[in-house]
Amino acid sequence: MKKILMLAAAFLLTASISSVADPLKVGFIYVGPTGDHGWTYEHDQGRIALEAALGDQIETSFVESVPEGADSERVLTQMALSGHDLIYTTSFGYMDPTINVAQKFPDVKFEHATGYKQADNVATYSARFYEGRAVIGHIAGRVTQSNVIGYIASFPIPEVIRGINSAYLHAKAVNPDVEMKIVWVFSWFDPAKEADAAQALIDQGADILMQHTDSPAAMNIAEDAGIFAFGQASDMSKFGPNAHLTAIINNWGPYYVERTNAVIDGTWTSGDTWDGIGAEMVKMGPMSDKIPAEVQQEAQALIAAIANGDYHPFTGPISRQDGSAWLNDGEIADDGTLLGMNFYVEGIEGDIPQ
Amino acid sequence: MLQLEPRLENSRVWIIATPVIAVLCTIIAGGAMFALLGINPVQATQTIFWAPLFDPELSAYARPQILVKAAPLILIAIGLSIGFRANIWNIGAEGQYVMGAIAAGAVGLAFYPLDAWYIFPLMFVAGLVGGAAWGFIPAMLKTRFGANEILVSLMLVYVAEHFLASVSLGFLRNPDGSGFPGSRNFQQYESAANPELIAGTGIHLGVIFAIFVVALAYALIRFHRFGYQVNLTGKSLRAARFSGVNPTKLTIACLCLSGALAGLAGMFELTGPAGQLTIDFNVGYGFTAIIVAFLGRLHPIGITAAGLLMALTYIGGELGQFMLNLPSAAIQAFQGMLLFFLLSLEFLTTYRIRFKLKRDA
Repeated sequence: MKKILMLAAAFLLTASISSVADPLKVGFIYVGPTGDHGWTYEHDQGRIALEAALGDQIETSFVESVPEGADSERVLTQMALSGHDLIYTTSFGYMDPTINVAQKFPDVKFEHATGYKQADNVATYSARFYEGRAVIGHIAGRVTQSNVIGYIASFPIPEVIRGINSAYLHAKAVNPDVEMKIVWVFSWFDPAKEADAAQALIDQGADILMQHTDSPAAMNIAEDAGIFAFGQASDMSKFGPNAHLTAIINNWGPYYVERTNAVIDGTWTSGDTWDGIGAEMVKMGPMSDKIPAEVQQEAQALIAAIANGDYHPFTGPISRQDGSAWLNDGEIADDGTLLGMNFYVEGIEGDIPQ
Repeated sequence: MLQLEPRLENSRVWIIATPVIAVLCTIIAGGAMFALLGINPVQATQTIFWAPLFDPELSAYARPQILVKAAPLILIAIGLSIGFRANIWNIGAEGQYVMGAIAAGAVGLAFYPLDAWYIFPLMFVAGLVGGAAWGFIPAMLKTRFGANEILVSLMLVYVAEHFLASVSLGFLRNPDGSGFPGSRNFQQYESAANPELIAGTGIHLGVIFAIFVVALAYALIRFHRFGYQVNLTGKSLRAARFSGVNPTKLTIACLCLSGALAGLAGMFELTGPAGQLTIDFNVGYGFTAIIVAFLGRLHPIGITAAGLLMALTYIGGELGQFMLNLPSAAIQAFQGMLLFFLLSLEFLTTYRIRFKLKRDA
């Protein structure tokens, strides 16, 4: 018994000593495993970039595969209790838990990805992924032979619907015969379901796949079927060397460095950040040589135009699915409408799940 | 020469000793795994088993959180164990949990924003009925058509999950939620909320209810005729029939009872810690509870201990991730080892090992 107590005392002592040194403690919570090769993987790459940039000034830690809801609230509370100064909560479903925990720990700063609720110590950030979708939509419209594009969608939230609309509009602009088939899998990360969805889309005639889910499962299926696909969140070319055309890459590192530096300097304030290709929060992966040279040039021109602000992917005229006018000729969508987007644009078949 | 001999009666010593040995084996095998991963094994096991209970910064919060995490597991496992004792295999508690939560949520939201004392009790009843009704479907199909309740109850989990997705996107969706799926947050609707009872602990009514159900189940199995019938049916259906058990009624009772408890677990989770019905509201309590039921040897006290142990490893595992950068896969493997050793060493309670010298004939 005595030995156990001594061991415990020694443990407590080392624990308290280690918390004396004071690098800024930065925590991350992830909805998937860091090895998903998609969404969570890129957030973790951001964390690694942060460590590389700030070195000894910070100490990072993370918890992966945390379900959204009650479990995330517990993990966040424990991170705050154990002395974290800044916590990045990297999934939409962490929104209410983040706000709840932030209320209890006013001295801890929180950064919530893709949500819309802010507080004095909760900032939000997201990327304009729809800009990347416009680029892959353009490429898909030009490359498809069957004129059927398959789209694996996760949850019917504005973020995902916006991506579908952007990709469709830009495919349609270069190929009036293009059709988009959409399968909803109701999960961010479920390789088995994603693979089933990919197969179902191929059976419906799709020869190019896009996805808004996190695993490279669909890329594998595309490779086996000898068709094309785009990497999601991360470069997935090693999962489909022939299938992979390009990828929309989420690049969180620079934002994490900037915001963490602001906490160290004491200049951090709450707010909302929504950056895209221009600020390099969204990047396009290398183009495969399977894309014809002229299409590559068009895509690069589109990327450049979006980056310098000459072109907005949602520029009118655009009508809603029901035929009613949404944007007049030359009109640009405002961020508020984009953030709450819950309708398909004209030409997309099927209904958003209700 | 080693020989296994069945014991006439389960050994009381080994019932206590096997969990301790299993934990020690897990620490040794898991420690070896952590060492191979380049992580200090002493520190890792300390963080998983010790930190949630005794860490000076975290334990005040983590200790009650173990109860909060264990409560739905225990509640569901108690219900399942009663059926399992009678060889009635409800594998679909996850679906009953979801349906209980949906029923309770629908009732609560129907009253929104009315402020009245009776809303929460009505939601309680709705959770109970919702879960029981979902359990009644496999019961009816089994007793009427002989359909296998394992398959039917399992398949109904997927039906319930699709229904959950549909209501989160449809008729229970929060109209003020900017187009995002998910219901209103019940934590912010006082008449329907199941708030924490002691500030800063997270302890809610569901935890108290789980403790109450453990006591009730103990009394039921020990002293009530129903408990006797359940046990007898499990041992011999023929003998049970002769002693006047009606297998049809018993099947329906067991599946509805376990469904009701799962539904209530869903109701308490929805109105308390989770707060919101979303597409992925369920996180697997219904399936983990099956493990908890067997780990607890289908006994209420054992189930309580097993539920607490599972909750401890979950919370300790999270601490291990952000305190020591343990990968979550390593923690899952560690939890798997614990279950493996606990279940495999169980044979020591029912068998004895004899060392015998080989003799010539």
